Amino acid sequence: MKTRILGFVALAAVAAMTVIALLVVPADLNQGDAQRIMYPHVASAWLGYLSFGVTALAGILWLWKRDLRFDALAVSGAEIGVMFTAFAIWGGMMWGRPIWGVFWQWEDPRLTTTALLLALYVGYLLFRRLTDDPERRATRAAIVGIVAAVDIPIVHFSVEWWRGLHQTATIASPDRVLNPAAPMIFVGTLLGMLGAFTLAWAYLMIRRYQLARADLAREEAVRIGRLEAARHGVLRSEVTR
Amino acid sequence: MSDAGFVVAAYAVIMGGLGLYTVTLWRRLAAARRGLDRDDEAR
Repeated sequence: MKTRILGFVALAAVAAMTVIALLVVPADLNQGDAQRIMYPHVASAWLGYLSFGVTALAGILWLWKRDLRFDALAVSGAEIGVMFTAFAIWGGMMWGRPIWGVFWQWEDPRLTTTALLLALYVGYLLFRRLTDDPERRATRAAIVGIVAAVDIPIVHFSVEWWRGLHQTATIASPDRVLNPAAPMIFVGTLLGMLGAFTLAWAYLMIRRYQLARADLAREEAVRIGRLEAARHGVLRSEVTR
Repeated sequence: MSDAGFVVAAYAVIMGGLGLYTVTLWRRLAAARRGLDRDDEAR
């Protein structure tokens, strides 16, 4: 019930912030209407980081505690992170064409490392399908998830470390936390969209985690069924012998 | 395409994708729970 309420709140928040971003906030003096794309773009990028961070942390906890609930959390983070990172890339492309004149540029470190991050976690999800054994799958996936997470800080700081098309951080830079480069109405809308998307993220994470737990229970039931069938087969062969 | 076209394309895919993923997740979860119930009945 609480999760359902969270879902309704998230839906209302995302709808309200979309209306504000599209209809209330004025067009930017230099970027025009294209700056409206920034709100879901930045929120999606941050939630991609957060999701993959959860996957890496859950992977570490699985390797330490050997509790499959952490693996369920890890796969939830990876799947939802892939979705939000894909949204961030799409939003960035739609913004880049009118502002930079190109949808994409491979020489840009932020764009290329983000594409790599997406590829790494799509690979993580595919890699999980290589084995049916839940414990072996969790261990292998945890290692891939932790190694792939090395790309998260590289993506984030790429705009500071190397020169490219992508601008440096608007807010999340140590010297800009209380002195953002953009006007406050834009920053406030950005934070509002970030909050709304984070609510949606929390709701989706809970539902995806529930699905992962149900899948694990199903696998366990199938395994027990096979064991019982095998035991039954042995007993029958002993009776007929 | 005008700036507004890019804005519409961005929001349509992101919000539409978010909605589509949510609905798909509900269906996957419902199917998984039905499967578990069937396993319980079979045992």
